[in-house]
Amino acid sequence: MATAAFPLETATTDSGSLRRVALDPLSRVEGHGKVTLLLDDAGQVQQARLHIVEFRGFEKFIQGRPYWEVPVMVQRLCGICPVSHHLAAAKALDHIVGADDLPPTAEKLRRLMHAGQILQSHALHFFHLSSPDLLFGFASDAARRNIVGIAAAHPEIARQGVLLRRFGQEIIRLTAGRRVHGTGAVPGGVNRALSRAERAQLLAEIDQVIAWSRQAVQLVKRLHAADPELYDEFGTSRSNLLSIVGAGGVLDFYDGRLRARDADGRLLADAVHVRNYAELISEEVKPWSYMKFPFLTAIGPQEGWYKVGPLARMQNCDAIATPLAEAERREFIAHGGGRVIHAPLAYHWARMIEMLHAAEAIKDLLHDDDLSGSELRSSGARHHEGIGVIEAPRGTLIHHYRVGDDDLVTMCNLIVSTTHNNQPMNEAVRRVAQRHLNGHELTEGLLNHIEVAIRCFDPCLSCATHALGKMPLQLELQDASGRVIGRQGSAPADLSSAAGST
Amino acid sequence: MNAPSLLLDGLPVPFSDGQTIMEAATVAGIFIPHLCHHPEFKPQGSCKLCTVKANGRYVSACTMPAKDGMEVENNSPDLNDKRRTLLQMLFVEGNHFCPSCEKSGNCLLQALAYELEMLTPHFTQFYPDRPVDASHPEVLLDFNRCILCELCVRASRDVDRKNVFALSGRGIGKHLIVNAESGRLADTGFSLADKAAHVCPVGVILEKRQGFLQPIGCRRYDLQPIGMQVGRPPATGSSEQGS
Ligand code: SF4
Ligand code: FES
Repeated sequence: MATAAFPLETATTDSGSLRRVALDPLSRVEGHGKVTLLLDDAGQVQQARLHIVEFRGFEKFIQGRPYWEVPVMVQRLCGICPVSHHLAAAKALDHIVGADDLPPTAEKLRRLMHAGQILQSHALHFFHLSSPDLLFGFASDAARRNIVGIAAAHPEIARQGVLLRRFGQEIIRLTAGRRVHGTGAVPGGVNRALSRAERAQLLAEIDQVIAWSRQAVQLVKRLHAADPELYDEFGTSRSNLLSIVGAGGVLDFYDGRLRARDADGRLLADAVHVRNYAELISEEVKPWSYMKFPFLTAIGPQEGWYKVGPLARMQNCDAIATPLAEAERREFIAHGGGRVIHAPLAYHWARMIEMLHAAEAIKDLLHDDDLSGSELRSSGARHHEGIGVIEAPRGTLIHHYRVGDDDLVTMCNLIVSTTHNNQPMNEAVRRVAQRHLNGHELTEGLLNHIEVAIRCFDPCLSCATHALGKMPLQLELQDASGRVIGRQGSAPADLSSAAGST
Repeated sequence: MNAPSLLLDGLPVPFSDGQTIMEAATVAGIFIPHLCHHPEFKPQGSCKLCTVKANGRYVSACTMPAKDGMEVENNSPDLNDKRRTLLQMLFVEGNHFCPSCEKSGNCLLQALAYELEMLTPHFTQFYPDRPVDASHPEVLLDFNRCILCELCVRASRDVDRKNVFALSGRGIGKHLIVNAESGRLADTGFSLADKAAHVCPVGVILEKRQGFLQPIGCRRYDLQPIGMQVGRPPATGSSEQGS
């Protein structure tokens, strides 16, 4: 199969005459992201690449470890969405222990835990990490462009963001046992139910949480309405879409079958059992990137790449099962005017609709007495192989394990959301570089445009790079011989205090 | 005649003949940190966590017989500093990553680290890479966490009469082995019902497929610090899980 090649992926001009610009992280924690731009003498972008050094140590590390340890151990992979890994691993291991039908109590508790995770991660992603760019402007004063600046200028928005996230974390704490390194999901089910008192405690806050989530959707809609050209065009590129879709075609973060659509919304694949993921998608290796580029096998690498995450899910499903979010979904679809929305900034809109759905789903679940049931686990005939797929906040997350008769893991393969979105993020970077950087003096504000584009998909690349909530980029100007002739750092978006406390 | 007594941190503690300082303190409800000591087994005095100062000399409370009028210093900054250092050395010498360890909350080493306020490992991690022994159908051995307390050795030898475990090597190379030609637990007479399956104070000897069935937060040392559980034998194997 021919290797896929995209405009601006590789410069066609003789590279000897080009100036290299690298946006490099200031601190490297196991893995990192880097953007390199090659500019010609007129300052025109000739090549733009997002390199993500994926942290693959876990797959190796977990080999030879007992399978029951995996759902807890795997949370070390990501500081932002550890619960997604926790649940994807538990789902894969359900099959290993023969628990293909979980007791309702177990399934609903896991769904609640996951909804809490979606809520907290989406709130963090939007309010803490993205709202400064959106509310102040992409090139605004870098010193103010953070959650502290938001708290000063828009105290109510900042407060709601913080409290929404805290509510999600509280759900995680109560279902998983801890806010980080929770142990709630175990192979075959869960290890504890929620008491009525715990449900009542959460229910006391849920209407407020739903109200704030609605306001968050309205906020994003106002941003779109205020500058439709920017919001519809910024970094936009057409691609296929991939996600799991729940029974009856509804938006489902926890379980379902794989569905893919093309860039015009036509179904390419539907109801694909997650166990057949390896037939649906393949991964391309490129010499310049450590991270692979997944694509739909039937279509090939050139045309088969796809987006995952809120934007894909919102347009892949047929409906949302909760009324407020469903009404918002319809409005969102209507915004596309019959066409699929591909704009990266629309990720935030879809993300806030998902947060609203999570909040509504949490309310429904909390009223369900099954949450306080006593049948926590099931089991059956053992299998040697298990695959678990879940819609993590940033997109489809696949966990695949083989386990020997001695209970030790012999093989682990993970495909994380960041990897699925590798090509879409690269494309977004190229569009933004071409549209906003071409011919300009490269300032911090302009370079932040590139980060803004990446951040639509992923706040910090942390689940691929293990970089725990940091995406600080550094600009390096190099001459043709590779000598650094200038250096400029963007304000490091240090989230360690925010992300570290997940 | 009055019962003999010693002075433990200034408090008179009576004891009966033949008791060690540790035993006398335990009866009196006073906590002396320890790892290799277990009330059901002959003391062996190897971990030195229980070091106290008796009449001005450093001794192991678990082996030193109590003497009438003895002045014993236990809960002092000096001794706790030394104990903390011992814990730090144990932590770095093995792989003790508590957040994802299934023994968390039931682990004596972790409980002591909390009790003695060990905040960092201080020393450079060794990161040993010791393969686990998963050959036995019911019990897993994760040697990465062994602190060489020899409780399993004593239990298997003295109670189970099977001699399944032994220490081999010396100094820093000292390690736990399984007494079988293959070195595999499956090739011994070991069974989950053995005493030795339930004495490991850390996460080496583990009943399989238990993992995190017992929620974190409801485990023994999650509920009450170890210093307030004087007299209860240490949390051991998975038999204790769920209690
Ligand atoms: S396996 Fe456990 S009981 Fe045996 S020596 Fe090691 S730490 Fe002690
Ligand atoms: S408890 Fe006394 S030396 Fe170990």
